[in-house]
Amino acid sequence: MNTLQQIKTLVYKDIVLEWRSKYAINGILLYVVSTVFVCYQAFKSVDTFVWNALFWIILLFASINAISRSFVQESPHRQLYYHTLVSPRAVILSKIIYNSLVMLVLSIIAYAVYAVTFKQPIGDPLLFTCAVLLGSISFASVFTMISGISAKAGNNSTLMAVLGFPVIIPLLIVLIKLSNNALTGLDRGISSGELVVLLAINVITITISLLLFPYLWRD
Amino acid sequence: MRKSWWKILGLVMVASAIVAGLLGPVPVLPILHETIRNVYFHVPMWFTMITLYLVSVIYSIKYLSSGKTSHDLVAVEAVNTGIVFCAMGLLTGMLWANITWGEPWPNDPQLNGSAIATLMYLAYLVLRNALEEEQKRAKISAVYNIFAFPVMVVLLYILPKMTDSLHPGSGGNGTFRDLDMNSQMRPIFYTSVMGWILIGVWIFTLRYRLRILENRKNQLD
Repeated sequence: MNTLQQIKTLVYKDIVLEWRSKYAINGILLYVVSTVFVCYQAFKSVDTFVWNALFWIILLFASINAISRSFVQESPHRQLYYHTLVSPRAVILSKIIYNSLVMLVLSIIAYAVYAVTFKQPIGDPLLFTCAVLLGSISFASVFTMISGISAKAGNNSTLMAVLGFPVIIPLLIVLIKLSNNALTGLDRGISSGELVVLLAINVITITISLLLFPYLWRD
Repeated sequence: MRKSWWKILGLVMVASAIVAGLLGPVPVLPILHETIRNVYFHVPMWFTMITLYLVSVIYSIKYLSSGKTSHDLVAVEAVNTGIVFCAMGLLTGMLWANITWGEPWPNDPQLNGSAIATLMYLAYLVLRNALEEEQKRAKISAVYNIFAFPVMVVLLYILPKMTDSLHPGSGGNGTFRDLDMNSQMRPIFYTSVMGWILIGVWIFTLRYRLRILENRKNQLD
């Protein structure tokens, strides 16, 4: 099997596993919906700036919860079994792809609930979609690697947050700015700098994950 | 003597930069006035910090390819020393900000960026404490160190350039080089930068050698 096929099989396996139990994904979805409702009850109505910041903070915590278990749900024995079958690069890439998909579903549902409760017109829907898409991929690429690291370190959730937050903050700053531009419907030329930085950070983190994961995986 | 020439050079450079920095002539500037002298002390801290972090990440990469404990010790001691320089950079910066910008912690991307970068390296130290087994600790913390470094570079050197910042050289502001520093200040500034980097490296090598000695002692017991 070449790497591409390995990745496809691993992503498929993750989706099937998730689909059979549905426990984790339902839990996370409920988490998102209830957080949105807590925010709704607390704020009632918000202006664009707070709307945007709240949206990303909800997504941030949902993604930490969703992704932190990506390496723990499988027992060490099964990981060893994968080790004999596939290359470590295929494992990390498949996890990043799978987590990006999960994050996409999450953010779409979060946005739907959020838009129903807090009515907020979006100035530039295409750019906002772009921001959400890039945001999902960014969260997935950073937190997948971090969850790999914290899983090796006994996996307590504090460690995941402590390690993950400083790394995600620069991304979050750029994302909040980009989606703020989209919400207010500014000219797209203004946001090009943010888009380039986001893409660059994503390319760098995914490349570094690919380079480093083999060292992390091998015990 | 042949080996320690750079330590003496560093001491002489820092000492002369302190004397010349406090007594030497500076241009007459609006707002900044005499506080421009802080540029001799505030900026070298960040240069020293980034040098030490660079050393750390290089030795983390070396550790992953070689697996030698000494490389891991270099990486962790460079971070330990770098954090001290980061704290001094923040403190001198807060003193300066209090005078020129009116408050010690204005909402400035460069300031927040350096605070977050500090959190990143503190997280690195927390991660090290969370792991018991030495080999595993060295490997996993090396992975985190390399993973976090490019993000820190983005945080400290790219994001502030994109947004409005109070600092010179970002958000369309001119740099110190072409605005306020004249030819009298420049040699003192470069002497100070070089001197502090040398001192920083010296402190870090001392800490590293101490760790090596401790390790050796523990092995004999």
